[in-house]
Amino acid sequence: MGSVYKKEMKVMFSGMMGFIFIAVILLVVGLFMRVYNLGGAYSLSSFEYSLNGGIWAYLVVVPVLTMRSMAEETKSRTDQLLFTSPISMADIVLGKYLAMITVIGIPCLVFCFYPLIFSAYGNVNFLASYAGILIFFLLGAMLISIGLFISTLTDSQIISAVISFVVVLMALLMSSIISLVESSSLASMAAFTVVVALVTLLVKVMTKDWTIALIVGIVLEVGVLALFFIDSTILETALSSLLGSFAVFNMIENILFDGLIDLTVYFYFITVTVMFLFLSVQSLEKRRWS
Amino acid sequence: MIEVKNLTKIYSGGVKAVDNISFRIEPGKIYGFLGPNGAGKSTTMNIITGYLAATSGTVTINGYDIFKDAKKAKSCIGYLPEQPPLYQELTPREYLDICAGLKKIPKSERPGEIATVIKRTGLEKVQDRLIRSLSKGYKQRVGLAQAIIGGPDIIILDEPTVGLDPIQIIEIRELIKSLKKDHTVILSSHILTEVNEICDSILIINKGRLVVENTTENLGSNDGKELLLLTVKGKSEAVRSVILKTVGEKVGLAFSKSSESDCVDVRIEYPAGKDIREDLSYAFAVARIPVLGMKKDTVSLEEVFIEYTSGEKTQEQEDVYEYEPSDAGAEESNETSGKENSGGEEENR
Repeated sequence: MGSVYKKEMKVMFSGMMGFIFIAVILLVVGLFMRVYNLGGAYSLSSFEYSLNGGIWAYLVVVPVLTMRSMAEETKSRTDQLLFTSPISMADIVLGKYLAMITVIGIPCLVFCFYPLIFSAYGNVNFLASYAGILIFFLLGAMLISIGLFISTLTDSQIISAVISFVVVLMALLMSSIISLVESSSLASMAAFTVVVALVTLLVKVMTKDWTIALIVGIVLEVGVLALFFIDSTILETALSSLLGSFAVFNMIENILFDGLIDLTVYFYFITVTVMFLFLSVQSLEKRRWS
Repeated sequence: MIEVKNLTKIYSGGVKAVDNISFRIEPGKIYGFLGPNGAGKSTTMNIITGYLAATSGTVTINGYDIFKDAKKAKSCIGYLPEQPPLYQELTPREYLDICAGLKKIPKSERPGEIATVIKRTGLEKVQDRLIRSLSKGYKQRVGLAQAIIGGPDIIILDEPTVGLDPIQIIEIRELIKSLKKDHTVILSSHILTEVNEICDSILIINKGRLVVENTTENLGSNDGKELLLLTVKGKSEAVRSVILKTVGEKVGLAFSKSSESDCVDVRIEYPAGKDIREDLSYAFAVARIPVLGMKKDTVSLEEVFIEYTSGEKTQEQEDVYEYEPSDAGAEESNETSGKENSGGEEENR
């Protein structure tokens, strides 16, 4: 793990790349900070507000950062060096992952000084500020684990970046999407059918086998239809809670705006991260067998 | 030592790349891995090194199974894939430092080890330039340095001299030969003379199957036969009867149309040990059949390769008479090769 981490850091910081990622995050958060915290109309002492705007930096940083993680190795065949070295697949995934979260961790460390500076000019709620910085970091860590997983599925960096971009965008926009979604049972049924189609496609990509994918898809769709005809209200509540579980904006809003430190959100982010790291390892293992 | 047993690999598209291959690699030798493009060479190497998983069969490296004891087995191997796995953003020195780490070389030994392989592969001049800016030959050397760093027991090289200039090729060959002292080397190559020169043993695979496993020496003289190429003016029936009368029945003949008018080209395969050229030229003279060209040939690795990988004999051989291989003595082959220079090529008009 150590060598993979070292290699990733060397590659990342031997050119401009790593520095640009750090600069982008600092810049976006800095812009919001100028508006919210430094004079102007608001002049608030809560740094969390700026972070809430700053998460849009992830929309650019995460796809570009993660697209090269595995897809580039596959493309340039350098994965042959990693996979034939006496290290485990988990070492490779973790080494890469730690290097990527180091890149977003550095600006987060810089943010830690901001509340201290603000405190010289007013009252700062330190707990809320640092809880905000932590959830900002964990959100990035979670999105990166998802991006890493997507990167293991393809050898094309562009495809990896585009899919990651859509996933991050959906996660950030989901709170707005939920308010637009019609909650009638028919609409829920249609929405679930789309979800089933997406799952089917994902299974196809993972297993490269249409039969398995179609069987999974048909079984899920039959389940959805059965629920629709038996008790359609279940479907309605299921849809809103399903969409809600993707709405990361909603989840961290309470923490960032109201200072309500909801530990379940922290726990949720960490769980999703671990799950996608596990899936990444599995996805790489699987590739050896194809 | 590597032991490969009943190895089969079927890709997810249903392509059978490797079909039930078994062989044993003994320590302290250089093995040549030959086969046409798409024969399954790289796939086999990728399975042996643990990059791909096999559909069935086992690979054991120094007693460790590559699937079950992956870490221990992999630490015995240095691998240079077809395309060297280089990080273009690093310098050779940084890259080799990373590789040393990946191969679990203790930190205290790393600087010495890196300096050794840099010297061995002749990378001193370029060690602090970015790999991206190096020429193909140097990139290949960096890949080779990566394979031999840490002195693994087994070194596997997939086409190590591709893309190098002639001088570099000779240097790399010398390097590979020098590895033999304390490593087992497996290399694949398209250049048959190279394999002939470097390797002690040869494995030829075709369409995923192992078709030949033998020492280079045996393959060169194995058939104990010698070849003579003739260009003769006359009808093939007359020519055939003269040859059979002179040389005897134990001979393989192949006739083909010559590029010269009214002539035939004949390829004679006869048991080694006797020079038939004098007798033949007198016999043709008596029969008043002019011999326009006569050239001695040896059975080359190319022919062995083609014979085993094309699945059928070459198309020039229209008819082959009974032929029994006999053992060729070493002294005899020396003697005949000496004569080859003086009378190998005769032309008369």
